[in-house]
Amino acid sequence: MSKRKPYTREMKADWWRKDSFFTMYIIREGSSLVIALYCFMLIAGLFSLTQGQSSFETWLGFISHPITIVFQVLTLVWTLYHSYTWFQLAPKAANLWMGEKRVPDSWIVNAMYAALAGCSALGLIILFL
Amino acid sequence: MAEIMKMSILRYRPETDEKPVWQSYDVPYNHETSILDALGYIKDELDPTLSYRWSCRMAICGSCGMMVNGQPKLGCKAFLRDYAGGELKLEALANFPIERDLVVDMSDFIAKLESIKPYIITQEPRSLDDGCTTQTPKQMEQYKQFSMCINCGLCYAACPQYGLDNKFTGPAALALIHRYNNDTRDQGKAERMKFINEEAGVWGCTFVGNCSVVCPKGVDPAAAIQLGKVESAKDYVIQMFKPGE
Repeated sequence: MSKRKPYTREMKADWWRKDSFFTMYIIREGSSLVIALYCFMLIAGLFSLTQGQSSFETWLGFISHPITIVFQVLTLVWTLYHSYTWFQLAPKAANLWMGEKRVPDSWIVNAMYAALAGCSALGLIILFL
Repeated sequence: MAEIMKMSILRYRPETDEKPVWQSYDVPYNHETSILDALGYIKDELDPTLSYRWSCRMAICGSCGMMVNGQPKLGCKAFLRDYAGGELKLEALANFPIERDLVVDMSDFIAKLESIKPYIITQEPRSLDDGCTTQTPKQMEQYKQFSMCINCGLCYAACPQYGLDNKFTGPAALALIHRYNNDTRDQGKAERMKFINEEAGVWGCTFVGNCSVVCPKGVDPAAAIQLGKVESAKDYVIQMFKPGE
């Protein structure tokens, strides 16, 4: 008779707290929660715009409230952190070559930052012109 | 004069233990002592009942993978000197069932490796008279690092997605698909795309990235999987324009 009795270790819900690498991963992915909430907030703004001026002004009041502003700053910081981690990982998802040489990872990362700066500048120009 | 390291090992003897228990040993070591050497010392001098796997002692057979202070490592490639002043905790590779002590049951991993057709597939059989198949350095660079895998299973122990649901094909097998699909000698990509496209394929990966950190051979499974996602997305679009298939 076989004496085999393989033991399976349970993976508990707090597995990501046991290792700093996994903790940073969960923090990175956790940004999706605040970004989702932020998107709902913007959609609510669009909806209130269709409901007339007073409705939109109520929404403007809502997003100018100190607690909402703290949330927006948190969303910004968390999103920037996510962007940083993604830019660092981006070269893994690209297999780019120039002739016989692979495009250096740093070029891809720098191109991502340049694109972010370009888009941000464009946004600011549209906002203030 | 040799230093002494306290090593705690998670023991599991299926005939007597209901669940794994920690057991400590004091092991003398010097600058050259690897964890595998230390396990040999315990087996020879302190406790012959300890079970662990090993073969080559030079990071090529992939047998001695284990958790060293919570990190997947090859016992032959980790040295006691790097843990001086602390305690060493050894445990069987995470995410695999423990067979006995530091030995895990890898059959699921091996079955996955075999299932993805990890060999060169040609449409027309070639004979010796056809001569060598040449490749440019650039063509070889597309797959070379992914062919360095020694099937040690460290990347599976590092992957929480595999730990949470072992239906996920996992890092090494997906990297191996990438290795063959990107070899100019191979013509089996169409046969392997189904393994990439399925839910348990590349899309089961959430890009934690730890697989590439722990690989003892410098393979980058996370990159292979992300490039697999690009291939899978392209394949999906192409299939849309091929009605009836």
